[in-house]
Amino acid sequence: MANIYDLYKTMESNKVMLSFKGRVTSDLLMSVLQIMETKLVAEDESPKVRKKIYNVLVECLQNLYHHIDKEKEGPSTSEIDEQSAIFMIAKDGNQYSIMTGNYMDSVDVDKLEDKLKLINSMDKDELKQYYKTVLADGQRSDKGTAGLGMIDIARKSGQKLEYHFLPVDDVSTFFSLNVKIA
Amino acid sequence: MDNFVLEGSAKTPSVDFNAEKGVLELRGRSIPENSIEFYKPLNEWIENYGKSPQPETTVDVRLEYFNTSSSKCILDLFKQLENLNGSGTNIKVNWYFEEDDEDMEEAGEDYQAIINLPFNMIEVEEI
Repeated sequence: MANIYDLYKTMESNKVMLSFKGRVTSDLLMSVLQIMETKLVAEDESPKVRKKIYNVLVECLQNLYHHIDKEKEGPSTSEIDEQSAIFMIAKDGNQYSIMTGNYMDSVDVDKLEDKLKLINSMDKDELKQYYKTVLADGQRSDKGTAGLGMIDIARKSGQKLEYHFLPVDDVSTFFSLNVKIA
Repeated sequence: MDNFVLEGSAKTPSVDFNAEKGVLELRGRSIPENSIEFYKPLNEWIENYGKSPQPETTVDVRLEYFNTSSSKCILDLFKQLENLNGSGTNIKVNWYFEEDDEDMEEAGEDYQAIINLPFNMIEVEEI
């Protein structure tokens, strides 16, 4: 039972407001957004900050949602539950952090990493231009996602995205993302 | 033709497309996981409206938030209207945003830069 206390202390020292581990469903997503809206009002944040956080949260959670929505080709050979994810929302001083973690196919890592590097190399105006280019080019997946999520997250955050890729076995990598909003 | 009215939900905006007045309004938040499903009937209505439109058409966008999945669908809506513009109707867009909401103001400017329709950017106290 001491583990629970350890977990509590870790979350407490990281100033975690809300955390979840498991599958991100549509209903869960809506509940989390409602809880966070109430919490942000209670924290007395300005409408501007509240909207920014809400927006980034929507994109981050929907990334996790679409990730589990993804159809697997063939049976999984992995021991891990690839559809399980983690997210945490923390507040330290005036800075909010939205942290997510999910498994992904290792073969897709390079593509995502290139995109994140590109996004982090851009300033505010370049990001705006990049967003418009991707928006206007008309490409879209059958889930309605358009490759705009990370660009939008970076624009709203105004800070560099922190990320990490950890290979967990032959085929899977754990992807961690930390988005800061001040 | 029939007007198109939908109540807003936690994830989708309210829709009030009025064929007699030539006023098309979207209001609230648009954050569905899959926006295509939600926006398809709106595109279909506009297609029909385009067959006998009012001489003047006003599009009022009063969105509080929208996700990136919606942003593509909203662009498609504007593209459709862009094609209609000048053929039997003159279209203008009123893009509303709340005071200090630079993100929503910028989002309007992004569309304005891509779409060849007159945009009025209107700052209001509350959406």
